[in-house]
Amino acid sequence: MNASPSHIEVMRSQLGRARGLGAGGSGVGHWWAERVSAATLLPLSTWFIVQMFRLGGADHAEVVKWGGKPVNATMLAALIITTFYHAQMGLQVIVDDYVHGKAHLPARILVKIGTSLIGLLGVFAIIKLVAAGNSQKS
Amino acid sequence: MVELRLPRNSEIGKGKTFPAPAGAKNVRTFKVYRWTPDDDKNPVVDSYELDLDTIGPMVLDAIIHIKNEVDPTLTFRRSCREGICGSCAMNIDGENTLACLKPIKDIKGDVRIYPLPHMPIVKDLVSNLDGAYAQLRSIEPWMKSDSAPPPDGERKQSIEEREKLDGMWECILCFCCTTSCPSYWWNGDRYLGPAVLLAAYRWIADSRDEHTGDRLDALEDTFKLYACRTIMNCTQTCPKGLNPAKAIGRIKELQIERKL
Repeated sequence: MNASPSHIEVMRSQLGRARGLGAGGSGVGHWWAERVSAATLLPLSTWFIVQMFRLGGADHAEVVKWGGKPVNATMLAALIITTFYHAQMGLQVIVDDYVHGKAHLPARILVKIGTSLIGLLGVFAIIKLVAAGNSQKS
Repeated sequence: MVELRLPRNSEIGKGKTFPAPAGAKNVRTFKVYRWTPDDDKNPVVDSYELDLDTIGPMVLDAIIHIKNEVDPTLTFRRSCREGICGSCAMNIDGENTLACLKPIKDIKGDVRIYPLPHMPIVKDLVSNLDGAYAQLRSIEPWMKSDSAPPPDGERKQSIEEREKLDGMWECILCFCCTTSCPSYWWNGDRYLGPAVLLAAYRWIADSRDEHTGDRLDALEDTFKLYACRTIMNCTQTCPKGLNPAKAIGRIKELQIERKL
C-alpha cells in the first residue's frame, strides 16, 4: 500500500460520486465540429497536395504569382484555419484523456493559445504572400 | 498525469506452483492472479497444472476445480455457469469475457486469468464494481412515464418499437466492456463507460418511456458521454455479442438531431 492516510478521506456515497457535478451541457458542439472540420479538411488537403505537385520546381516569382490569386489565397487561408481549428479540438481530447487534476485547466488553455497563435502565423504568412504578389505587379 | 507504470504496490510477483496430479496426461497450466487484502504483499501469479481430462470444458470449470480440489483459498465470483448472470467476468487470455462461456480449447498455451482490468481489487479475481453500479443507477435505468398505464393491462408497444430494444435488453451487466475501455481507465470517475451508456440508450430507445429528452440532457457532457473515443474494445470484447459502441453512436446522433 502507498503510505495510506490515518483516516478515510472520501466517505461520499458511490452514487454521489457518479452523479458528480451533473452533466455540463456541452460536448455536442465540440464533437460535431471535430467531425465537420475533419470532413472539410479532406477536399482542402487534396487541393493543397495537387497544387504543391503543380508548383514543384517553380521559382519564387511563380509561387508568389500563384499565391496572389484570390482563389488560391482563399483556399490556403481556409486550409490553415480549418487545420488549426481541428488541431485545437483534437489536442483538447488528448489533454482531457491524459492530463488530470490541477494541470488540466492550464493544459487546455495552453492548447487553445498555442494552436491559435500558430494558425494566426499561417494566416499572416498568406497575407504576406498576397502582398508580395501585389507589389510585384506594380 | 498519465500513469506509464503500475503503482509499486501493484507490480506482480511470482507465486506458487501447484503441480499436476501424478499420471496426468492432458496437462495445461493455469496462471491465476492472486492478491489478498489480509497482508501487505504485492499480487502474485500462481501456476496450477491441471489434467484437462478430469475437468469440464470451460475456464470456469477449471477454476472451480482449483477451488474444490487444489487450492480452496482462490476467490472468484460465479453463479449461473451459463452466461446469464455476469458474475464470472474476468480477463482470460488477455480478453475480458465470462469464464463460463470461454472454452479452454480456444486458448493456446498457458491459460492466463486476471480480474477485470483497472478496477480496485477486493481479492484475487474479484474486482470492485461499486463505482460502475452507481454510474448505472445515476442514469436511472427504469421506465419513467407520466401517462397512466392502461387500467386493464400492460403498456403496449408495436412490433417495430419493440425491435428497437433488441441488442440491448440482452446485456447482463458483467462490465466486461466498461473495464476493457481505455477511456474508462483514464476517466472512469467521469466517463460512464459503454455498459452504462448501452443501458441509457436502452431507455432512450424505449417507446414507452416519456423522458427521452431528460435522459439526453443528463448525458450531454464532455465526459459522461463524449469521453467515448470510438476505440471499439467494448464491442470486440462483449461475451454476449452485443454492440455498445453502436448504442453510444446512436446517442450521439440523437444529440445532434435535436440541435439541428
